[in-house]
Amino acid sequence: MLSYIVRRALYAIPILIGVNLITFALFFVVNTPDDMARMHLGMKRVTPEAIENWKVERGYDRPLLFNSQADGGGVFTETIFYEKSVKLFVFDFGRSDSGRDISYDISQRMWPSLAIAVPGLILGILVYITFALLMAFFRATYIDLWGVILCVALMSISGLFYIIGGQYLFSKLLHLAPVSGFDTGINAIKFIVLPVIIGVIAGIGSSTRFYRTIFLEEAGRDYVRTARAKGLPETVVLFRHILKNAMIPILTGIVVLLPLLFMGSLVTESFFGIPGLGSYTIDAINSQDFAIVRSMVFLGSVLYIIGLIMTDISYTFVDPRIRLQ
Amino acid sequence: MRCLSVGFIALLLLAACSDRSLNNPYPESEDNLNIIYSVFQERPKHLDPVRSYSAVEYRFLAQVYEPPLQYHYLKRPYELIPLTAESVPAAQFFDADGQRLQDDVSVDQVAYSVYEVKIKPGIQFQPHPAFAKDQNGRELYRDLTDDDLEDIYTIADFEHQGTRTLQASDYVYQIKRLAHPNLHSPIFGVMADYIVGFKEYRKKLTESLKAQRDAGVSRPAVDLNEFPLEGVEVVDQYTYRIKVEKTYPQLVYWLAMPFFAPMAPEVERFYNQPGMHDKNITLDWYPVGTGPFMLSVNNPNLKMILEKNPNFRGEKYPSEGAEGDREKGLLRDANKTMPFVDRVVYSLEKESIPYWNKFLQGYFDASGISSDSFDQAISIGSQGSIGLSDGMQAKGIRLSMAVAPTTFYMGFNMKDDVVGGLSERARKLRQAISIAINYEEYIQIFLNGRAIPAQSPLPPGIFGYESGERGVNPYVYQWEGGQQKRRSVEDAKKLMEEAGYRNGIDMKTGKPLVLNFDTTAGGSEDKAYLTWLRKQFQKIEVQLNVRSTDYNRFQEKMRKGNAQIFQWGWNADYPDPENFFFLLYGPNSKVDHSGPNTANYENPVFDRMFDRMKNMSNNSERKKLIADMVDVIRQDAPWIWGFHPQQFSLQHDWFLNNKPNLMANNTLKYKRVDPQRRSERRAEWNEPVYWPVVLILMILVLGSIPAYITYKRRERAAPAKEI
Repeated sequence: MLSYIVRRALYAIPILIGVNLITFALFFVVNTPDDMARMHLGMKRVTPEAIENWKVERGYDRPLLFNSQADGGGVFTETIFYEKSVKLFVFDFGRSDSGRDISYDISQRMWPSLAIAVPGLILGILVYITFALLMAFFRATYIDLWGVILCVALMSISGLFYIIGGQYLFSKLLHLAPVSGFDTGINAIKFIVLPVIIGVIAGIGSSTRFYRTIFLEEAGRDYVRTARAKGLPETVVLFRHILKNAMIPILTGIVVLLPLLFMGSLVTESFFGIPGLGSYTIDAINSQDFAIVRSMVFLGSVLYIIGLIMTDISYTFVDPRIRLQ
Repeated sequence: MRCLSVGFIALLLLAACSDRSLNNPYPESEDNLNIIYSVFQERPKHLDPVRSYSAVEYRFLAQVYEPPLQYHYLKRPYELIPLTAESVPAAQFFDADGQRLQDDVSVDQVAYSVYEVKIKPGIQFQPHPAFAKDQNGRELYRDLTDDDLEDIYTIADFEHQGTRTLQASDYVYQIKRLAHPNLHSPIFGVMADYIVGFKEYRKKLTESLKAQRDAGVSRPAVDLNEFPLEGVEVVDQYTYRIKVEKTYPQLVYWLAMPFFAPMAPEVERFYNQPGMHDKNITLDWYPVGTGPFMLSVNNPNLKMILEKNPNFRGEKYPSEGAEGDREKGLLRDANKTMPFVDRVVYSLEKESIPYWNKFLQGYFDASGISSDSFDQAISIGSQGSIGLSDGMQAKGIRLSMAVAPTTFYMGFNMKDDVVGGLSERARKLRQAISIAINYEEYIQIFLNGRAIPAQSPLPPGIFGYESGERGVNPYVYQWEGGQQKRRSVEDAKKLMEEAGYRNGIDMKTGKPLVLNFDTTAGGSEDKAYLTWLRKQFQKIEVQLNVRSTDYNRFQEKMRKGNAQIFQWGWNADYPDPENFFFLLYGPNSKVDHSGPNTANYENPVFDRMFDRMKNMSNNSERKKLIADMVDVIRQDAPWIWGFHPQQFSLQHDWFLNNKPNLMANNTLKYKRVDPQRRSERRAEWNEPVYWPVVLILMILVLGSIPAYITYKRRERAAPAKEI
């Protein structure tokens, strides 16, 4: 397994170079270093000299990808792309264009994101599996029918509606939770409850339907028929056989998401005033801060690759027939 | 769902044990404290007074740093008064031989002017580690090593603090910082035109830094005190002088801005130590001043907190105001010592809906009005009178309105072959378009009536602004029955014909007239506006082609002069007509001089008048000259004079001494709250309502009973059936 992991990690390097190159190209197609300087220096009374100084200080005065003035390898290394990219591969994100330490900011902002994402994920899985099992158990009854209708209805509602509606109902009308805000330690709980509940409710429709489908697929297999033929009670069939086997696609689907929980959710964090990572990239794009954009895209890519490797590994745990070679 | 419900119920039961509102976002320890709760929607980029240049940043910075002058909080028109200075400095004029001239001398004879600023003695800086000293009087936190900084993460982690008395040299030091090439002060360019020797000073600093870089110094730095600046000098401990080329009466307005606030050299030295920057401890993040408040928490992703500066000298609340201020209770605190609050908590609220909801719950003391909440907050009477809705009045909320010193305009590129130039043909075309675009309609449709149509670049409150019949732009409006009335579309069409465009056809070429509107608007939210705009042009049978682009490309078009018609705005730096007319001054042209004259308007007559006007003091002669200048630009119509936005703000009845002052930024010290009243109102408005939750749970429980029965029935029946 170790050699498999090492091989996958090595495969990741060209992928990350490619991602970095695409990010670089997309960013600089839209923004020139002069635009970035203007954005950082402000809109009023900016002089060409100030723009030039800003670029020199941050290394944006060099050519983008190819330096025809340089000698030897310098044609590639004395460029914005090389200088801004190479350190990423040792996870040295450096400083943002406004001068902040990016690693420090990420380390500060990932905890509020996790504070929402982790309980939301755990609670969500429990709720969705419970509902899906319930519907699978009562398949072809009025409970199943109305459950599916309800799920489709819930799926059809925009995520933003859940947030605004949830804030309106629980906070504005019932006065049961703060509309928005955040705090540290135990005081964070009162701010987390509402976004977590709303997040879980918002996911009920799609996730429950997905899990129900998995459960029903398993319920039609031979081993389930055999179990029933043996006279096992339906609860035993459901929980000991169907649930256990259905967990393979469920767990692998979840594992791939785990690393991305760090990245937070833009809309949820924005509406609930959570100081997480969700808006970090968007804010950086808006302020044309390339240092943050490339760091966050790189980090997101790394986490996604880790998620995929973890998924492969998790297969070996939940299905002993699978061997990674 | 059961897990969710149980968890939620457990929390509710826990919370129900307290009589505090469950939706209160603030800690219990803050109840009944003398705190203002406010909002910021955008994070400040810079908190170094040499760089900061936006309202978002001034909200914090102006409470911490104190320039020598400030605007009177209550009086209108805006009036400069001393802040740390003993008095507002008057210019002393000198000829080329250094001989003092009379105050009323002609500007042409003046070689340079001197402003001597005397500051009040005994003003102390806020407590800060940069001022901490050891027993030998040496700065305690100087030459810090990596080991010293090991456990330091924020400025609060330094154990010792100190202070010292404010001196004139601190002001001089800050003025020198404006020229520092690495600090990128946005006003260096302006000041370099006036402060004697400023350009040369920058050059010297640049050369010194370059020499160090060439010598391989890893962190080149300059001690500004080692480099004298000809135009700025310390006279004595509490006096300094600024020497400007010829005359520059607007300098006193700059002296009311944070750019000219004092900076203690030891503070900059403290922050510039190696290792500080790596820990994100910078002057741009942790401001240090003498003002009534100090920034104790700077977390722009969550909240910013200003605490009362314990070393603040205690300024007195004004005893005079504008007409009607006494009746409104704005002089109740006359001569009382400020500031009135101990802390100001700013929470980040990016979205307007949560912000509005929290204001209505009493968790913010004041709020603006977004378009989402306008109908809920404002009622418009049958005569167009604006007032609070019944719901707001029932809550005791108050409304304040003020026209901002801002102008939003639609500009013509005067270098364009069709709409530009000073020919009669182009002038009439611009005048016709000015009539056709109905800004009264725009204000009603898109701004909920929150603006007034502009008649010239000057907004109300700026010297030279005229209201009533004298203030009306005769090329666009007529004065009828004591009211201004926009000229008819027929008048516009007549002008079009005189310009050579009959029924929208260019009579020279026989082709229809198509004009281009260059804009960054283009999303779905802008569709209604762009459709409306096209219709305005259609009134005079002109086809409008909207060229939407991103902001960077738009800026590029403007720089290169490739735009034809565009939209722009300007917010006053200071309440002087020069700060608006310079947007139309030829030598400030965007294309030729990278200046703020976006329309590239260049009229020698106007430019000559501008040169005279900018050096005059506010008197009848200047007023007459301003009127003449307005006449010239109204006729030339390089802009369609757009509108001046009106700011609406709401305050709860416990938030006192609130009067909109759109020039002053340091207004927090005047504000007062009644925490007891606020607590009562919050408790009254936010009593938890539990019954719907109980009802939902009961429905769930009752709903699960038939399911449970079915389950048990199946459990018994299923094996037999399957077998």
